Amino acid sequence: MSTTGEKIRINDLHAYYGESHILHGIDMTIMQGELVTLLGRNGAGRSTTLKAIMNMVGRRTGMINVNGNETIGMAAHKIAHLGVGYCPEERGIFSSLNVEENLMLPPNVRSDGMSIEEIYDIFPNLAERRYSQGTRLSGGEQQMLAMARILRTGANILLLDEITEGLAPVIVQKLAEVLLMLKERGLTILLVEQNFRFAAPIADRHYVMEHGHIVEEVQQHELSEKTELLNTYLGV
Amino acid sequence: MGSVKASIAYIVLASLGDVMATIFGINLFALSGQLLVGLINGSFYALLSLGLAIIFGLLKIINFAQGAMYMLGAFFAWMALNYLGINYWWALILVPLAIGLLAILMERFLVRPIANEDHLYSLLLTFGIALVLQGVFTHVYGSSGLPYQIPAELKGGTRLPFMYLPNYRAWIIVSSLVVCFSTWWVIEKTKLGAYLRAGTENPQLMQGFGINVPLMTTLTFGFGVALAGFAGVLAAPVYSVSPDMGSNILIVVFAIVVIGGMGSIGGAILTGLMMGVVEGLTKFLYPEASTTVIFLFMVIVLLVKPAGLFGKEA
Repeated sequence: MSTTGEKIRINDLHAYYGESHILHGIDMTIMQGELVTLLGRNGAGRSTTLKAIMNMVGRRTGMINVNGNETIGMAAHKIAHLGVGYCPEERGIFSSLNVEENLMLPPNVRSDGMSIEEIYDIFPNLAERRYSQGTRLSGGEQQMLAMARILRTGANILLLDEITEGLAPVIVQKLAEVLLMLKERGLTILLVEQNFRFAAPIADRHYVMEHGHIVEEVQQHELSEKTELLNTYLGV
Repeated sequence: MGSVKASIAYIVLASLGDVMATIFGINLFALSGQLLVGLINGSFYALLSLGLAIIFGLLKIINFAQGAMYMLGAFFAWMALNYLGINYWWALILVPLAIGLLAILMERFLVRPIANEDHLYSLLLTFGIALVLQGVFTHVYGSSGLPYQIPAELKGGTRLPFMYLPNYRAWIIVSSLVVCFSTWWVIEKTKLGAYLRAGTENPQLMQGFGINVPLMTTLTFGFGVALAGFAGVLAAPVYSVSPDMGSNILIVVFAIVVIGGMGSIGGAILTGLMMGVVEGLTKFLYPEASTTVIFLFMVIVLLVKPAGLFGKEA
């Protein structure tokens, strides 16, 4: 299993929920240590792309190579063990578990995950509330918990869905710091993001999606010249 | 002198016992006898409703075959003894395993194919399985019931102040409590239990974390049904082994699951025991109502707290 080079390579990915055809032939590549965002309007297929990588959609065709393994025919529960950590848009904090149980829940997928001390260091709020019921946390704390949970497993490919949605600016700032720290550690991150001002300064590349297609790829250094174009796609 | 004192003391104590035994006009012997019967019935209710609650929690299906599996447990114990010479103690281990295995096959090949359909389908499927099993056993063994001896080790009983406690009945209560509370402990206090609880809430995300949820679901179904098999073996020596023993008890057990709250593990156990005692108490106070009192409870609970005594409000 390679630790450098391509972490995710997707070719001609189609995804379906029942009869509806959501993704129409996606191609993308994410290199090790890159932070890449998926931009686009609601319903463009960005969350579905992450779910398709996790094999959480009804049906998918094409090729999805994760960490050097072809996963299109792989059972959903095996994908995490390739080193993938998925943080869903609705955060998925379990109400029947307390904070620490939520944190300890996902099995380790690689050996060098963060220790619980390290995680409480980064997110001191979680340490304070470790015995609270998971869903009693504030939205920001729940988001931190959802992130912390997959960092503990040692996942080195993170799929993060709308992690800043509905959060206060100070927490969004905190999440940006955490993402930069993770990037520094060499983790590979695919971020679905609505908040372009959050994503722009920290991402290496952006894919823009529309109607289940990737319509544009923008490098970090092209941002200023393509601002106009991005504005038309994102409708901001 | 001494012996006179002693005999006076004896007479006083004996009459005190009599006074105690009929205190407030209540016959304590009869009362404690009914409470014991209630507690025994409650032990079976607890085992069966616990199995239903576990299965409902993870699979979201109402297993109507749970009563038939209880009946099958009793019959397997009887068959093991009479055809294979397997004694009670081995049956207590082997029969639940066999029933669990049967349930695993049933989940894999019958329940799973319709898992994504309306819940009505799985309900009808398990109801159908129950009817088929009951029909087959009635056809082969008749409906009069077969005898199963209490194991030699548990024959006899103990005289307590207000009652005579047969050893086998004490064993039913103790073993059912041990099994129920170990199950509760595993589900509420261990990592495996955390997987189960989380899988109940969000199976898809658990898959995403790398947990083999379909396998967990199958094994959980197997375990939940195996509890009914265990209850069946336990019941064989006290109730007659008959094809309709499952359908008779199942209706009451469903009422108990509703009273306790669907999917609540601790609630299922406590309500099972409690309703057994309530039933026993009613048998003592007003025997005519003893078969309806649980349903009366169900109606009141549904009116006052629809989620059940221990259920979380949705």
